[in-house]
Amino acid sequence: MSYRRRASPLHAARAAVGCAYCLSLLVAALVLSAPVALGAVLAAIAGAAVGAKVGREVRRAALFAIPLGLAVMAINALVVRDGLTVIMRLGDLPVFGQTDITLEATVSGAVLGARAVALILCGALYTAAVDPDQVLGLFRRFSFHSALTATLATRMVPVLSRDARRLAEAQRCRPGPPPSRARLVRAATAGVLDRALDVAAALEVRGYGAARRAPRGGAPPWSRHDLAFSASAVAIAVLAVGGRVAGLLPFSSDPALHAPVRAGGLAVAAGLLVCALLPFADRRGIGR
Amino acid sequence: MSVLALDRVTYTYPGAVTPALSDVTLDVAPGELIVLAGGSGSGKSTLLRAANGLVPHFHGGRFAGRAVVAGMDTREHGPGELAAAVGTLFQDPETQVVMGTVRAELSLPLENRGEAAPAVARGVEEVALALGIAPLLDRPTDELSGGELQRVALGAALVGRPQLIVLDEPTSQLDPVAGDELIAVLRRLGEDFDTAIVLAEHRLERCLPFADRAIAMRSGRVVCDGPPAEFLAWACAEAPELATPGARLLFGLGLSPAAGVKAARSALRSRGLSVGAQGPSPGEPRRPAGEAIRFDRVWHELDRGPAILRGVSLSLGAGERVALMGRNGAGKSTLLRHAAGLLRPTRGKVQSAGRVALLLQNPTDYLIHDRVEQEASVGALATVGLGDPALRGRHPRDLSGGEKQRLALAIVLDGAAGESQEAVVVCLDEPTRGMDRRRKDELAALLCELDGAVLVATHDPEFAAAFAQRVILLADGAVIADGTPSEVLAGGTYFATETARILGGVGGALRPEEGIALLTAGSEVPA
Repeated sequence: MSYRRRASPLHAARAAVGCAYCLSLLVAALVLSAPVALGAVLAAIAGAAVGAKVGREVRRAALFAIPLGLAVMAINALVVRDGLTVIMRLGDLPVFGQTDITLEATVSGAVLGARAVALILCGALYTAAVDPDQVLGLFRRFSFHSALTATLATRMVPVLSRDARRLAEAQRCRPGPPPSRARLVRAATAGVLDRALDVAAALEVRGYGAARRAPRGGAPPWSRHDLAFSASAVAIAVLAVGGRVAGLLPFSSDPALHAPVRAGGLAVAAGLLVCALLPFADRRGIGR
Repeated sequence: MSVLALDRVTYTYPGAVTPALSDVTLDVAPGELIVLAGGSGSGKSTLLRAANGLVPHFHGGRFAGRAVVAGMDTREHGPGELAAAVGTLFQDPETQVVMGTVRAELSLPLENRGEAAPAVARGVEEVALALGIAPLLDRPTDELSGGELQRVALGAALVGRPQLIVLDEPTSQLDPVAGDELIAVLRRLGEDFDTAIVLAEHRLERCLPFADRAIAMRSGRVVCDGPPAEFLAWACAEAPELATPGARLLFGLGLSPAAGVKAARSALRSRGLSVGAQGPSPGEPRRPAGEAIRFDRVWHELDRGPAILRGVSLSLGAGERVALMGRNGAGKSTLLRHAAGLLRPTRGKVQSAGRVALLLQNPTDYLIHDRVEQEASVGALATVGLGDPALRGRHPRDLSGGEKQRLALAIVLDGAAGESQEAVVVCLDEPTRGMDRRRKDELAALLCELDGAVLVATHDPEFAAAFAQRVILLADGAVIADGTPSEVLAGGTYFATETARILGGVGGALRPEEGIALLTAGSEVPA
């Protein structure tokens, strides 16, 4: 919901390319487990957010994601009994029983948490930097009506949240004790139904009922940013999958922690970071 | 060949007993601009919906007769197919803009028609240039102002180059400047593209001068159909609530009504009734006994945004009736919210002598109960004219627009339960949106009867002249004029009544009755 067209290379790329770029970062976060690699992915997402001028939106998502990641780490450390290196003995705890915190469970929890953070931040980057109307336009080729229904659902969110703010404001203007929540929900529901009818009528007169599929072709030419982010997406995916398949970034936490940092692994992590951020260096033709 | 032909159309909504359209027959030629006049519930909106196929395909009900749009019979072609020939603009722009960005919104009708991408891009570009909204193309639709949204919605209605455009009170949410701009755009469409336009409006003085024909409706029937001057002559004699202030002025002077300021001045001159160039005479300033509310250097600055109010200082006396005017975004609604304590000034302070009641723009937001009598006390309902026991048992959402407005006013006027705490200031935000003249007159009379001070944000100079003792003009968050209605509304162009514009502000006359008195007084009339 937070998409705003900004003068950034990522916003200047077409939606399909923006999707591919975010998806490649997502794939990297999913297939790589080595802390150094995950760190590089997180740094790449943060750098991309700054480069795309959506740092504030991604930071807002981080305020939710980081506590979640820490919670995942803590729960994993408490629940998982694997690992040989005990770093804390908590004794007999209710629910958990005999509890020993191991280094391996803590680190594997941290990896899971970092991965969760990366996934959420990737989602935030996508939401803030990829035009949802264009994305739905891509899906229209497969199912026009479903895509439009999804568009409407997306559109109704800000409309209804504005309605809710208005309703709350009006209720503050009522003298006396505030009405019950149930009564407010009923009033809001009635308002939503009215809204839905109005929007349905508007759609009818825009020709939605007789919607036809557009002929293929006529897509705009590929811009330098389309090419750069496409290449970046492919490079990130190849580095992540290739690094994993080639065993350049080994990581295991059972029975003992094994996460050696080798030159190959460092090269993959650095490569990920460079490939993710390089397209932002070219700032020609980003305004509209 | 006509673009729209209705032949003895009669239509009844599902569950209704009386028809909304009765035996309606009319033809609309290409390039014609037709104004549809009538009170609330007269059938204007239903007629427009019959033209775009929503009646009967979307609403259901019983339909008789024949409606043909651009050669398509609406019984055989639904609104989706008719959309290629008919563009529609409703009253509320918020619910007719469905996409995330302006470009996507303008593209949607063409994409629905299966146009190829280059044709869509070209159509969007052309309509954006024609309506002056090209700078908005990449803006998110939820960031646009009401006026901008209305223009975008008009663009979406026009982008497919329809032969006919139907508009249902499109200027009701716009300030006078934006409203005049919209009417000018419509006029140009008719002239440049031969697009026929059917426009339902309550503020007839704004659009009649540009119309080719005016059609009056009453109880679902066409009761008058003719050129604007003929329509106004009929209205002055048969339906005074539909006569424009200028027409009432001329009619009161024994002249034939004419549409528009220029024609009215010409009619006055032809009878030697022109008045000399003279500024508005200052009215007698009223000195209220006590102070009801005071704004002391109030600023409202948005976090990381502009200042909405810039050091506003003013006070309202007890029982004073004040109209707050200004363009969309001038800060009127924000000032009212500060008065009611919904917002806190970032600098400065607001002090009131007691409770401040605020009625916001949408009265439906206040209605949460199942029966009218549960919403407000019997006393408050009686104050606003809803004392009828039959009315008190009805569901609030089943009331008419005007009744909802009055019920919401009763809710905010009502004292806190058991406390009988009367409001010392009553604030209303755009209470006349979509109201016909009769309902506006009723509201003005009601406001004049209230005990507390009244502060009303409005775009309607005629309404302001009808109830206010003082007019405050806001621009860019600051007070730029503050005086009697005669001082503020007689000298302007946009924020002026039609009578004042016809008379050039002379004598400070704002209403037709005042104009007639001025012109027949003798001293200023070079006979």
